[in-house]
Amino acid sequence: MTYRLGVDVGGTFTDLLMINNDGGHTYRTKVPSTPHDPSEAVVSGAQALCDEHGVSPGDIDLFMHGTTVATNAVLEGKGARVGLVVTEGYRQVLQIARSFVPGGLAAWIVWPKPKPMAALECTVEAPERMAADGSVVRPLDEARLRENLQALKSEGIEALTICLINSYLNDAHERQVAAICAEEFPDLPISVSADILPEMQEYERTLTTVTNSAVRPIVARYVGNLQSELTNWGMTGKLNLLRSDGGLMSAEKSAAAPVNLLMSGPAGGVAGALWVAQQAGIDNLLTLDMGGTSTDVALIEKSEARLRRETSVGDLTVRASSLDIRTVGAGGGSIAHVPELTRALRVGPESAGAVPGPVAYGRGGELPTVTDANVVLGYLPEALLGGTFKLDRDGAKAAVQTVADGLGIGLMEAAAGIIDIVNENMFGALRLVSVQQGYDPRDFALMGFGGAGPLHANAVGKLMQSWPVVIPPSPGVLCAYGDATTRMRVETARSFNKRFDDTTNAEMAALLEDMGAQVKADLAAEGVPKDEISVTYEVDIRYQGQAFEVPLAADKEMFDSGTGIEDMRAAFDTEHERLFTFNLGAPHEFVNVRATALGKPANVSAEEIETGNGDPIGAKMRDHTVWMDGQEKAAVIYDRSKLRSGDRVMGPAIIIEMDSTTLVLDGHSADIDRFGNILINPVEGE
Amino acid sequence: MAANIIETNPQPFNPCNVDPVTLDILENALKNARIEMDATLIRTAMSPGIREQGDAFPLIADHNGKMVVGQFGSFIDGFLRQYDGDIEDGDVIWLSDPYSCEGAISHNNDWLILLPIFRDGRLIAWAAMFGHQTDVGGKVPGSLPTDAGSIFQEGVRIPPVKIFRKGEYQSDLVELVINQVRMPEWCRSDLNALIASCRMAERRVHEMCERFGDDIYVAATDELLARNHRAMSQLINTTVAEEKLSFTDYLCDDGRGYGPYKIHCTMWREGNKVILDFDGTDPQSASSINFYLNENMFKMFFGIYMIMVFDPQIMFNDGFYDLVDVRIPQGSLLKPKFPAALSCRTHGLGRIFDILGGLLGQRQPEFLNAAGFSSSPHLMFSGFDRNDEWFQLFQIGFGGVPGRPFGDGPDGHSMWPGFTNVPNEFLERYFPMRIERYETVPDSGGAGLNRGGNGINMVYHFTETGTISIHDDRWFTYPWGVNGGEPGMRSRKILKRKDGSEEILGAKIDEIDVHEGDELHYITWGGGGWGDPLDRDPELVATEVKQGLVTTEGARAYGVVISASGDVDRGATEALRAEMRGARGELPVFNHGRPIEDLRASCEVETGLPAPIQPRW
Repeated sequence: MTYRLGVDVGGTFTDLLMINNDGGHTYRTKVPSTPHDPSEAVVSGAQALCDEHGVSPGDIDLFMHGTTVATNAVLEGKGARVGLVVTEGYRQVLQIARSFVPGGLAAWIVWPKPKPMAALECTVEAPERMAADGSVVRPLDEARLRENLQALKSEGIEALTICLINSYLNDAHERQVAAICAEEFPDLPISVSADILPEMQEYERTLTTVTNSAVRPIVARYVGNLQSELTNWGMTGKLNLLRSDGGLMSAEKSAAAPVNLLMSGPAGGVAGALWVAQQAGIDNLLTLDMGGTSTDVALIEKSEARLRRETSVGDLTVRASSLDIRTVGAGGGSIAHVPELTRALRVGPESAGAVPGPVAYGRGGELPTVTDANVVLGYLPEALLGGTFKLDRDGAKAAVQTVADGLGIGLMEAAAGIIDIVNENMFGALRLVSVQQGYDPRDFALMGFGGAGPLHANAVGKLMQSWPVVIPPSPGVLCAYGDATTRMRVETARSFNKRFDDTTNAEMAALLEDMGAQVKADLAAEGVPKDEISVTYEVDIRYQGQAFEVPLAADKEMFDSGTGIEDMRAAFDTEHERLFTFNLGAPHEFVNVRATALGKPANVSAEEIETGNGDPIGAKMRDHTVWMDGQEKAAVIYDRSKLRSGDRVMGPAIIIEMDSTTLVLDGHSADIDRFGNILINPVEGE
Repeated sequence: MAANIIETNPQPFNPCNVDPVTLDILENALKNARIEMDATLIRTAMSPGIREQGDAFPLIADHNGKMVVGQFGSFIDGFLRQYDGDIEDGDVIWLSDPYSCEGAISHNNDWLILLPIFRDGRLIAWAAMFGHQTDVGGKVPGSLPTDAGSIFQEGVRIPPVKIFRKGEYQSDLVELVINQVRMPEWCRSDLNALIASCRMAERRVHEMCERFGDDIYVAATDELLARNHRAMSQLINTTVAEEKLSFTDYLCDDGRGYGPYKIHCTMWREGNKVILDFDGTDPQSASSINFYLNENMFKMFFGIYMIMVFDPQIMFNDGFYDLVDVRIPQGSLLKPKFPAALSCRTHGLGRIFDILGGLLGQRQPEFLNAAGFSSSPHLMFSGFDRNDEWFQLFQIGFGGVPGRPFGDGPDGHSMWPGFTNVPNEFLERYFPMRIERYETVPDSGGAGLNRGGNGINMVYHFTETGTISIHDDRWFTYPWGVNGGEPGMRSRKILKRKDGSEEILGAKIDEIDVHEGDELHYITWGGGGWGDPLDRDPELVATEVKQGLVTTEGARAYGVVISASGDVDRGATEALRAEMRGARGELPVFNHGRPIEDLRASCEVETGLPAPIQPRW
């Protein structure tokens, strides 16, 4: 009997999910996170889970892990001190950046400029130059480079980055510089831009490579510790980490290219949603992962999560593929307020966080939050399941009353207003990943998870007209599901920049062949058997002169058989028309080419629950009253663990489980499927 | 003369109350729609000016033409007053003639799309977007002749025409215009992008109306305008005095050797109303630096500056317009008479912002910003490459953001919203040039407690023969410092020929031939400093010396002495600071460097260029 273990480290809890590779039975637990060293909770949680179910560490063949170590290092400014080597004349590449000041007219007056990721005093120049056709303009002056590098020796740098102009076309100078740096700084990890991002645009390439350097020591330390503690415990299985693009990579690879881990945490949720949806037979899905301070949303089409070519964390945006997850600063802890000057109702982005938290939690919070509004409206019943934890409804009412007074409306109207605004914010984020990308949300289901997602999903689904609204089992640990069920992945990208007329099917086929072989070899090196590897290709195409490329899947056989270029032209025109409603007569241009190697998907299926008779009465806990649609309404509270497959719950209803609460609105019904998913739909004729 | 709007449904919108939550939801939805307009434009436009640099401006207005979201203020009512014709469902207006819309757009390069949004036979909103075209024909590539004598030399001038007439695309019209320009494919694509962007807004407005109802939508836009009116009215009453305040700044030259040109503005309050009077501004120029300033646009600039300086939380729109009265003398640099040339108005447009800053901050120096990179210098480079293909680059440069109450001014950044630089690897891949240096100029930002941002030195190495044009300013007058801060350094352009010879180029020139191996050093100016430089932390100054942003010599402007090891020499620094404090008088609120006459006298020695000649009218 072998097992796979998925572990997701969150800010408050570390979630663990173990799946029996044979039959798919799952075991889960939650332990408090240990922020001083997150690996502590990971290992102790794994031990506890195994002990509880009599599983020996040697039976775990795959240990999969989503981590926010890299993310937090960036957000908290705790990245390593990075040295940077650039082409002569470009020392200030990060200082000047893209000259961009965010915000509207005159926003420069109040813009706080973030500090460069590599300090300017730690940036030195390499005397050399490549041209834009990859030829050498000036060879590297090694002696002067060594001289320049001496300035870094007193700066206490912990990692080194090399990014030279036009290296995406010819990396010879970068390699030369790297060799010299390795001699001068034998103990430092060195990141070379040609390895991390061989693409045009010097600022983005430099920033991405520097970011890789900045998180490298901390990730390497973390992964190293974790690996050795797991080995000491007796685990012999492989440790893999979840990449921002939803794939897995080996522990060794993550230590060298950690820039790919920046969205590891939220990617777990999307990967988990993807797996649950696949089991339930849903191909098109929007995800709504709502936590205490923020909400992540993403789009899955035909069982593929949409990717984007960049990763954003706080102010930082780097060119590393990530699932197209948009984040809004709206969560259960978001604070509602009424600014004096405009008398408008604002919710967030300020959050009460875990401490002091919402007023209803009774931990000293005094400002009204989204959670408090949910409590006031009766959506979060005062006594939660099985807990001694009781919500302070009177406190929540008093806090929301301040908003009501500010707006000159009633308490319930104010509470409902707070919920409407926060739902609207999430609606806005979901539109970014759907409508704005040319997708019709009515063709998608909506899955709500995370601590607060199930409370808001029905209302958001109504705004989006996305049905059914799906609440998966254990919505609070969905990330761990994702960690446990996704597959190994390696990706490489190259700038190509050729007009269709200037290339041939044969040239394209040869390029894809070469890149495919490269990613296949990389993935094999990470321990994936060759016969389990599949390779896919993607090309970015645009009308020559456009800034925006349309990424399209490409099939190597099409180029082999000589139709590839014409096929891509047709596919591009269709997609461009769908996105922007017009086509142009301008020449088509290939911009970037990517190859991705994927390991075999996990062969685990979800566990089925008992079948009931359609009547949820056995799960009923008690009657309840909620405020909905401008009036008080009778509702019923159910215990989720007692609901059976085929049961139908009519709204208004509240379904409670250990880590989450689901709200079913009036005029909607909730069906329980055989995997225990709650599927909410509007009732016909309402 | 006024537009005749044909509504087939005569029923007026029902006034109704909008609950505060719906109002906030609509406010957000409108803001998002505006962001989507930008996103659509950038993805589908082709000219680097729009796609990489973001030189385009969207808005959504209510059915009366008042801007509800956007940033350049509504110019729709100016157009409606002047347009002589019908406007009906399915029409889309296209124009580029500044004289046809009271300067809503201010040179022929800006193409404006106006899209009236009809629902069930009633006009319910407007969407509009304008964007700068790389070329619209005329006497020089780029269509911004520095010495033009009339607008007839500045390329194709499109009066308001219907590019869609009752939903029918007028391709003949488009072909007629496209045939006049040097970059037809870019113009065609950018025009498509402008329309696609307005269509996006149209779709969003319809969705909002479907969701909330037409009456609620209209009532909500009214209330959003009213909300802004209330907030601005309070702001104006508490921050603008009844006594008159004035401020003067200059444009250095007019491209024909004359200058500087004075822009003068006086501000005061009468009751609830602010008056901004440009009386005292110089008459119009015989050349192309005239800036046809639309009064409503200036109101918007004023409003945005007030909001940013005093309370950035307020959402700005046209709601407050009747609280501001803008007076611009006819025939002046800011309201020239047809057919005055207008193409090089960018310097005037930029300088207006320095004037606003100088006016608004006078009573509250703690809110005052220094003078900065209040223009957008351009480089044009065009020609036929060795494959005989035409290339044409229009590039906007950046410099030092001024020292601010908020902190240092960023080095080499943009003061224009949404603008970014073009990646140098992109330039090298698509144009025959190499960018040998791309760095800021140490000490170019004015010294201050908060340092002004440094200007940029960008060194273009040309790899083919071509022609360049340069548009820049602040080479003669200084970007001023405030509250004790020093002025920033001025701009300059040096052309180093392959044979080793060197020439200083004027700030506004056309038709300079360059050849393979020639190098242009395009040096922009720095932002002025803010506050007393002797109060700046010496350690910070030492770090900036190490970073190459300030030189050891430049550190002395802060009274900081750097030792040979690169550290602060504490004793020497204290002594120098004491000496400097003793030697100077009271610190002025504004430090313009030197009087104009002094600048004139030393101009040739300091800048390598002859002093501009005082214009006479």
